[in-house]
Amino acid sequence: MPTAPEESPRGTQGDDRAVIRDALGVGVAVGLSGFAFGVTAAEAGVSVAQACALSLLIFTGASQFALVGALAAGAGPLTAAAGAFFLGVRNAFYGLRLAALLRLPRGLRPFAAHMVIDETAAVTLAQTTRRGARIGFTVTGLTLFVLWNVTTLLGALGAGAIGDTATWGLDAAGPAVFLALLAPMLRTGVARATAALAVVLGLGLLPVLPGGVPVLLAATAAPAVLLLHGLRARRRGRGPADDSAEAGPVDDPGPVDDPGPVDDPGAEEPEPETGTGPGEERR
Amino acid sequence: MSVWIAVGVTALGCYAAKLLGLSVPQGVLEHPFVKRLVTLLPVALLAALTAQQTFSDGGALVLDAKAAGLGAAALALLLRAPFLLVIAAAVLVTAAVRALGWAP
Repeated sequence: MPTAPEESPRGTQGDDRAVIRDALGVGVAVGLSGFAFGVTAAEAGVSVAQACALSLLIFTGASQFALVGALAAGAGPLTAAAGAFFLGVRNAFYGLRLAALLRLPRGLRPFAAHMVIDETAAVTLAQTTRRGARIGFTVTGLTLFVLWNVTTLLGALGAGAIGDTATWGLDAAGPAVFLALLAPMLRTGVARATAALAVVLGLGLLPVLPGGVPVLLAATAAPAVLLLHGLRARRRGRGPADDSAEAGPVDDPGPVDDPGPVDDPGAEEPEPETGTGPGEERR
Repeated sequence: MSVWIAVGVTALGCYAAKLLGLSVPQGVLEHPFVKRLVTLLPVALLAALTAQQTFSDGGALVLDAKAAGLGAAALALLLRAPFLLVIAAAVLVTAAVRALGWAP
């Protein structure tokens, strides 16, 4: 691994160990929750092989939970996949940030891409050196990938032995995972308004539309709130760029060495949780 | 069979999104509106999914023990509990409320 230019020569070993400890903490904690996914998938009527394929091939938790939830609710395969895909789109924006920080060789990108998820982004963006970022990304990604897949298999196999999973409250695991992923994103008024509107749409449309469709329509809360917010800001005579501080985790000013878009002053403002992403609270 | 179709389509779409982020030149997707929209989309989706999976059964709205479990998870999050503890709180409280017969 080439040495990062900004890296200080001293204290490297101690720094490495701290990064590895953080990475293992996130990887193990979240990796173990793959058990909940395996059980949820089995409950939803997904076979053990399908549950394992989901964890191996999709490997982004929220999308996986959303997919099996939609299938259980009777959604068609493409409707269910659309909801899961929209949840996975955010990983593209983590990738943008990580690419600048990791500077991966072209040949490694197809493998590294699979590991670009909430947790690896949170750990990697919190690092101040390229060496730390690469170690954090690799250790978090590999730990999480191995554990998530092993626990998915155990959960899917164990679901039958457990009997009625509702007795054990395991049907609450899926929504709790969503809530835990959502909570760190609710720092701003715009985010909270979006969440509130999405809840109203999601629950209101649920009894009248086929499975999976209400979630897709609830996603329109995001552009709706953004447009309303932009209009209101403009009426008050402010530029629309003024609301950029409302951005969530993707806009966090991480220690990425790009200057950030110039028309986005909010992204440069220091926040208490500077350099962290979603999942930071999970350590 | 339809489950495999869903698995395949989602896997391809999600992998493409991940690879795209790592591969495109810096600045291409950095338009402020696009960035804000992509930040907010998961908020809308996760909020709707949380509500639906807590307050519905099939296509009907219900209020059952899962609501208490979600409340416990929310409390754990406010107390900055680690990820696994949040999930455990939701599962245990849901199970306890059912065991006590307070809610289905």
